[in-house]
Amino acid sequence: MSVLVPILTMTILGLLFSLGLVFAYKKLIVEVDPRVEKINESLPQANCGACGYAGCQALAEAIAAGKAAADSCPVGGGETVEKISSILGIKAGETVKKVARLHCRGTTEAAPRRSEYLGLKTCYASHLMGGDKLCTYGCLSLDDCVRACPFDAMEMSADGLPLVIEEKCTACGKCVDACPRNLLELHPLSQNILVYCRSRDRGAVARKACKNACIACGICSRACPEAIVIEDNLAVITDYRKIPPEKIPAIEKCPTLSIGRLKKDHEG
Amino acid sequence: MELVTLFIGAILINNFVLHYFLGICPFLGVSKKIDAALSMGLAVTFVMSLTAVVSWAINHLILIPYGLDYLQIVSFILVIASLVQLVEMFIRKTSPPLYQAMGIYLPLITTNCAIMGLALLTALKNYDFAEAVVFGVGSGLGFTLAIVLMAAIREQLEVADVPKPLQGAAIALIIAGIMALAFFGFSGMIK
Repeated sequence: MSVLVPILTMTILGLLFSLGLVFAYKKLIVEVDPRVEKINESLPQANCGACGYAGCQALAEAIAAGKAAADSCPVGGGETVEKISSILGIKAGETVKKVARLHCRGTTEAAPRRSEYLGLKTCYASHLMGGDKLCTYGCLSLDDCVRACPFDAMEMSADGLPLVIEEKCTACGKCVDACPRNLLELHPLSQNILVYCRSRDRGAVARKACKNACIACGICSRACPEAIVIEDNLAVITDYRKIPPEKIPAIEKCPTLSIGRLKKDHEG
Repeated sequence: MELVTLFIGAILINNFVLHYFLGICPFLGVSKKIDAALSMGLAVTFVMSLTAVVSWAINHLILIPYGLDYLQIVSFILVIASLVQLVEMFIRKTSPPLYQAMGIYLPLITTNCAIMGLALLTALKNYDFAEAVVFGVGSGLGFTLAIVLMAAIREQLEVADVPKPLQGAAIALIIAGIMALAFFGFSGMIK
């Protein structure tokens, strides 16, 4: 009889806690990209790690997010690649070329400096001190990304912003990791409309800190509410695919030109 | 007054990381960036506070009255594992980037000896309910303090010229040692 007491106690406790968790799970369920599960199903489920990711689930997430190619699984072979490609809606072997893009237009001319920075000549060190610009979100112009690039695809241009040489860029993501202010991001080459600002300062403050800053006036989000939202004083494109070409002129009415089509030079 | 002493004692003097050397895994693993460290600290604080409450309740309302003290460890594991699951779900829902930043260390709070240590110490020292709560919150804040200080030092260290053999984990452990020495200065403040 005395054996039953601890068994019963633990069973009841366990049941109580699991009920609590089930309830919490229902409340806190996270919507995941439905493609992730489908891609994961078509992977071999060997979880061998040969693709360089932690397992099949991790690779499926990376493929769905566009960070890995459809043929990243070396084990699955042709059939797997075909299945994944059909889920993604692209032809096998066809990959979307991506390049790094800078989300800042705070040129030396546009963004005034508040101090002279004399420390170590790296963005990382400058960022620790708060940077030398009035804008605390913008490019620090100290070449961390240029040095990180293994393909010589970046150079610092005269206006104080790094320039990505599209032909040489392989979208390896080294510069994205190197930037202490997270200003670089990988985008498909064809993707031509971007927000060139990461400032979360309020309009007036942002404007003072940089002529080309997003002041969160909302013109772009009113022009295309299904794809652009104003989030914490910054215009954010939530879904690039939902911007129809005919709406681009309205979006480009941006008073600070911080959103718009890509131009070869930084001066919008 | 005793509660205040207990609270300050849990943060500064009997700091879980720097005095008991418990919870070193997340202390070294998530102390590279201040904001990730702060979130980790707060997650641990949350789990610790709730663990203190729930484990005290289970211990005093179920285990001790029925003479089941020997089930302490098992039931505490159950409490901690469920709470960590809850925190994980919550963070995943509210802040996916944070979820990414914490990575494997978040579910690893389950096996974080600091939290098990907290539950067992509370039972061992026979704290009453108020004391258990204060001890739980204080210990969590102490952990947060230690991990944030560590992250702040390591952020600065990133640009320092560290000799090659000492780079990475080696220098981190040396810093942890020096911090423990510094915190040792607090002992004797409260008897």
